[in-house]
Amino acid sequence: MTTPLVEAEGLVKRFGDLVAVAGIDVRVEAGEAFGFLGPNGAGKTSTMRMIACVSPPSAGRLRVLGMDPLRDGPRIRARLGVVHQEDTLDLELTVRENLLIFGRYFSLPRPVIRARADELLAFVQLTDRADDRVDALSGGMRRRLAIARALINEPELLLLDEPTTGLDPQARHLVWDRLHELKATGTTLVLTTHYMDEAEQLCDRLVIMDGGRIVAEGSPRDLIERHVGREVVDLRFTDDTERDAALTRIGTDGVRAEVLPRRLVAYTDDGDRLVAGLGTAGLHPAAMVVRRAGLEDVFLTLTGRSLEE
Amino acid sequence: MIPIPPDRRPTAGPVFERNLLAYRRMWGAFASGFAEPFLYLLSIGLGVGALVGTVVGPAGARVPYEDFVAPGLLAAAAMNGAVFDTTFNFFYKFKYAKTFDAMLATPLGPRQVAVGELVWAQARGGLYAAAFLATMAGLGLVRSGWAVLCLPAAWLIGFAFAGAGMAATTWMRSFVDFDWVTIVLLPLFLFSATFFPIDRYPDALGWVVRVSPLYQGVALCRGLAFGELHWTLVGHTAYLVVMGTAGVTVARARLARLLLP
Ligand SMILES: Nc1ncnc2c1ncn2[C@@H]1O[C@H](COP(=O)(O)OP(=O)(O)OP(=O)(O)O)[C@@H](O)[C@H]1O
Ligand SMILES: [Mg+2]
Repeated sequence: MTTPLVEAEGLVKRFGDLVAVAGIDVRVEAGEAFGFLGPNGAGKTSTMRMIACVSPPSAGRLRVLGMDPLRDGPRIRARLGVVHQEDTLDLELTVRENLLIFGRYFSLPRPVIRARADELLAFVQLTDRADDRVDALSGGMRRRLAIARALINEPELLLLDEPTTGLDPQARHLVWDRLHELKATGTTLVLTTHYMDEAEQLCDRLVIMDGGRIVAEGSPRDLIERHVGREVVDLRFTDDTERDAALTRIGTDGVRAEVLPRRLVAYTDDGDRLVAGLGTAGLHPAAMVVRRAGLEDVFLTLTGRSLEE
Repeated sequence: MIPIPPDRRPTAGPVFERNLLAYRRMWGAFASGFAEPFLYLLSIGLGVGALVGTVVGPAGARVPYEDFVAPGLLAAAAMNGAVFDTTFNFFYKFKYAKTFDAMLATPLGPRQVAVGELVWAQARGGLYAAAFLATMAGLGLVRSGWAVLCLPAAWLIGFAFAGAGMAATTWMRSFVDFDWVTIVLLPLFLFSATFFPIDRYPDALGWVVRVSPLYQGVALCRGLAFGELHWTLVGHTAYLVVMGTAGVTVARARLARLLLP
């Protein structure tokens, strides 16, 4: 068996009295795309920074690429690629210069950097913007450039902290597309997100984090099947009496539901049957949607809260 | 696969290189650094010098005022150049542009950041000093061959003030705090025996000046420019070495804490 690229046991990060990461166990194997999904403040960035060897763990064990981040930080970082949550591109340099100087930070030989920069610009479709200043780029282009920059050292492990937050749908798809391409060529990805669709799109395996803890772990499909079932019926009512009547009705069929104000979210393998059952019982919700279950529903069942507040 | 040298120890070179790349397009900022000391030299050295005539030089004999003031301006220029880079520019890169956070996604660490930025500030100050020294020589304000050593002296002044400036900057919270830089630099500039001999002060005040940092640089440059190699020059040199070393050590430790929370 090969050593995992990331191996954490009881990993803790404290900032004074605040516990940002409250003891998590994580293993990331070579070649997989691994995700941390969670709401704001869940501890995703704190975890990523520890893996990136720029934040010493407060407790627990952490190995990255089989090495100890405290002792071998620079050697590990030489083999990582990092895309930060906030923009850290060099605004005083052009697009191409951003790649060139980053290669120098890794002490790569100049001819190698130049060749690699051209390839990467083509890869993220920024060749025609190579000589523009970074300020002139759109948000999506900057993210793509940040990804290209993180690839200059051909990293074995690429860390992406919220790679598409704040981008419009089209720009997000362009980024996803590039990440799929990287996955296909065998790069190991570790990413954080608070978008369910992103996690479902990109991750082979993920953990759901909340309040510094891992509340669930598995592949997106696993998690959905294990915690919610195949379909979700989202029911809206004009008042809570009607809601409670409906809850009692579906409860007799053994269907589990999340109870929210004037709303029920029911998890079942057959949505149409549930809807029909309500009709027979003379219950008519104000609005009703039957949809495929997603990670959002997993998060809702596990924490009783919605992921995107 | 690219042959990555993973075991090669990172050096500060690329940090310096980054600044070189960024400043290639900023000739304006560079040029103003050259212009300022020249304007002082012309107005105060030649202008005021014509009114003042002579003052007491380092050897005790009277010397023309412009010869006296030029080495002082040289030392002050070296200080100003180094402080400007390690305070305003450093702060911008540190807090706003996140330049150092980006560097820490590579093998580079706080030590390379601190050393690279320091050497950059020093090199920039040194370049200004070299141009200034050449002008002094051109105007006939240099009295001794030893004046060549004013260049390494200016470089040392840059080191001392760059280290101190960088250390201080790690405590700054916003650009408002930089008013303190001006509040500290201006009296240093005016009262470090830059413009008039130290014996013009009352005794007590004279001693305050003698232990203040820019005075070391002024006395060093002036001694060398006049070829007066008194043993006190060794003391001034040691002072500046210690100041710069302490500064860069503190800056490195502070950066490690702030960049690697
Ligand atoms: N340097 C720091 N000093 C003090 N507290 C911090 C620091 N960094 C993070 N925290 C705190 O740790 C907790 C977790 O933050 P973290 O940034 O890891 O969350 P996140 O999951 O990345 O959230 P987001 O989705 O908003 O990026 C938060 O309460 C945050 O305020
Ligand atoms: Mg975050």
